[in-house]
Amino acid sequence: MAEFIDLVLLAMLALTALRIIFLKDLFAVVMLFGIYSFLSALIFVNLDAVDVAFTEASVGAGISTVLMLVTLAMTGRKEKQSTHSTILPLFVVLVTGAALIYGTLDMPPFGHPDNPVHQHVAPRYIEESPKEVGLPNMVTSVLASYRGFDTLGETVVVFSAVIGVLSLLGVRRTKKKDLESGLETHKVLHVVSKIIIPLVILFALYVQFHGDFGPGGGFQAGVIAAAAFILYALVLGLPKAFAVVGPKFLQWMAAAGVLLYASVGLYSMYKGGNFLDYNTLAADPIAGQHYGIIIIELGVGITVFAVMLNIFYAFGSQAERSNIQ
Amino acid sequence: MLEQHLTALPIILPLIAAPIALILGRSVLSWGFATLASGLAFLFSWQLLSAALSEGVISYAVGGWAPPWGIELRVDAANAFVLLAVTAISTLVLVYSKDSIEKEVKAANHSLFYTAHLLCLAGLSGILITGDAFNLFVFLEISSLATYTLVSLASDRRCLTAAFRYLVMGTIGATFILIGVGLLYMKTGTLNMMDLAVRIDAYDSSRTINTGLAFIMVGVSIKLALFPLHMWLPPAYTHAPSAVTAFLASTATKVAVYVMIRFIFTVFGIDHVFVDMGMGLILMALAVVAIFKCSYMATVQSNVKTVLAYSSVAQIGYMILGLSLVSVTGLMASMIHIFNHALMKGALFMAVGAVFYRVGSVDIKAFAGLGRKMPLTMAAFTIAGLSIIGVPLTAGFVSKWYLVTAALEQGNWTVAALVLIGSLFAIVYIGRILEAAYFQKLPESRSSENIKEISWLMLVPMWVLVIANIYFGVDTSLTTEAANSASEWLFQTNNILENNMVEGNSQEVSS
Repeated sequence: MAEFIDLVLLAMLALTALRIIFLKDLFAVVMLFGIYSFLSALIFVNLDAVDVAFTEASVGAGISTVLMLVTLAMTGRKEKQSTHSTILPLFVVLVTGAALIYGTLDMPPFGHPDNPVHQHVAPRYIEESPKEVGLPNMVTSVLASYRGFDTLGETVVVFSAVIGVLSLLGVRRTKKKDLESGLETHKVLHVVSKIIIPLVILFALYVQFHGDFGPGGGFQAGVIAAAAFILYALVLGLPKAFAVVGPKFLQWMAAAGVLLYASVGLYSMYKGGNFLDYNTLAADPIAGQHYGIIIIELGVGITVFAVMLNIFYAFGSQAERSNIQ
Repeated sequence: MLEQHLTALPIILPLIAAPIALILGRSVLSWGFATLASGLAFLFSWQLLSAALSEGVISYAVGGWAPPWGIELRVDAANAFVLLAVTAISTLVLVYSKDSIEKEVKAANHSLFYTAHLLCLAGLSGILITGDAFNLFVFLEISSLATYTLVSLASDRRCLTAAFRYLVMGTIGATFILIGVGLLYMKTGTLNMMDLAVRIDAYDSSRTINTGLAFIMVGVSIKLALFPLHMWLPPAYTHAPSAVTAFLASTATKVAVYVMIRFIFTVFGIDHVFVDMGMGLILMALAVVAIFKCSYMATVQSNVKTVLAYSSVAQIGYMILGLSLVSVTGLMASMIHIFNHALMKGALFMAVGAVFYRVGSVDIKAFAGLGRKMPLTMAAFTIAGLSIIGVPLTAGFVSKWYLVTAALEQGNWTVAALVLIGSLFAIVYIGRILEAAYFQKLPESRSSENIKEISWLMLVPMWVLVIANIYFGVDTSLTTEAANSASEWLFQTNNILENNMVEGNSQEVSS
């Protein structure tokens, strides 16, 4: 049954991808991208990779769709006719695809318990992590503790992204006060969003702090919290959103999240362990691991939230400016 | 305490300094802070190199988890040597950039510039030090995102197209590397490089492993701008701010060359890559074409930054040529050239940036008559240019010397001759600029402008590199010792790993 579901989902994925290639209306393309991400999230669920599915749904289908829509507001919704020849790119794509298929010919049998991925490093994670790290969610154990350095790196990648966006666009405050921003006249939207926003923030906090026990963690929580504020900005307009959290403050927040994460590492060095060795954070190693993971996840959440919202601000303020002109 | 963490500090220091530089906000403050952080990273990597030369290999388990379960940082002579060059250039460029970016980057973006520079440095150090294939990808992403940002910071609008092109190509390269690492993981179940090396041997002829090798090689080749995947490089180097070009030209592509060396010699093994897959001949052919095609392209450009950018692609050809010879001397020549080329290109691009600062253009015509007006800058350009050509008593001569020796060791007269002929092109493209600077008169229209020598803050880092070019051309003990032990070490680990396979099968090296 699971295989049948996989086949159906993969077929839908391929159809979506093909449609994306041939569509000229970029608005529809963005919507299809969202569908594509949801379909991949479903496939991940089917593979029992709920954490990955959660991330894909919140980041791939959620926030990226919003950011791409704001980009369309700045640029335009029709694809320009390409003047380049398509033969060489097609050739490169075909060769790459053929190489990938060739590579899978010797692939270990799908899902077999004797596969190298299940035999080498993974058994230790599965058998020892409840004792060594003490968390029921092994994905969080690997992500935040065994490979915590990677996660610090990923947080810095997110931080680098906002540096890039700010240097290209910058967040500009609109000077005109009488400018109609947001959707103030839509009363229904107003009321509904006022009910939804606190719930979304509450859910984000739940995802943030429940990541040790179930799917979730800083990345997803940060994105969900950012979504709540983006909704607020969309409905009430950017100036009002700026009054709640300003762009400059978000810059500091993004930096503070990275620093919070790194400071855990520095503290563990001060305590005599290696960088990011959470065992040294408390007298009891398991408690130390728990403290460490909670703090670094918080750092991730803060950075991701601040970066996503700031990128939205940067795009949104540009789009508003281009609308005025 | 510092002793124990020496391995991790060159990554952690700029990584933590970057967000702080953003918070500081003010241009001068973040400049001073960034320079301090980079300078400290340089001191640590100096100590790291001497430790690596005496102890061989230093391993550091991040988070206290032993490899392959946790992430290992692993320093040996090879990466410590490149790290030294990267941190040194970064520090010098930061000193130089204070005045240089005043002219080329909007004032509001100055703290973003220093933050991005530190992020790039952290990424490059991470790529060099890490002993974990996936961790390498993460740091590659950090450094790449930071470089796209740095390129796009110029006030010249054309930098945006250049940065976008660089972003598209760079992302394809990074994705290819990720796919390759994924395929390796699928077949071996590990991400640690030493562990991968042991376990890959068991599947030598597997299609999955070979496809992984192909994807990683193509991905890295894009990153290091190997001909014909170099098309992103000339526009990016031409339109980026001068300080950025000086930094990237002397570090980013070199680090990618190191990644290629690491994957070939440590992870996949020489026999697999060169004997079974025949990559040696492919790399050698591409390197030779790169040297000739791009040296020729350099001679016909009118923008001096483009000239030097094409020259960089040609010089990368020399590095790849060295490693494709598959000998200790050849690899040593590559390592020396990575180091020396950083010194030359750093100095050259700094001199060009100085000309832009005063004249406002980097067209070859703008150089006319500058030999008298900016004597120190043009003298620096001349010496670094002679080093690119490979004149004796400069660092460039040492690189070419070892490359030719390596070719002759194998009786490969053709390669030796090609290296020497390639240098003739360098005489042409450097000569054209020197001719304009020293033998042409300052145009009438410009004689009223007040063109004078630049500030000492820009001159000092430039001249430090120029003196280094001469120093390492005369006293080669540091470069040859480090490069030699790096190269011998790479061959040695390769042999140990292969012998291990013959004797004890999949014995864990790490445990």
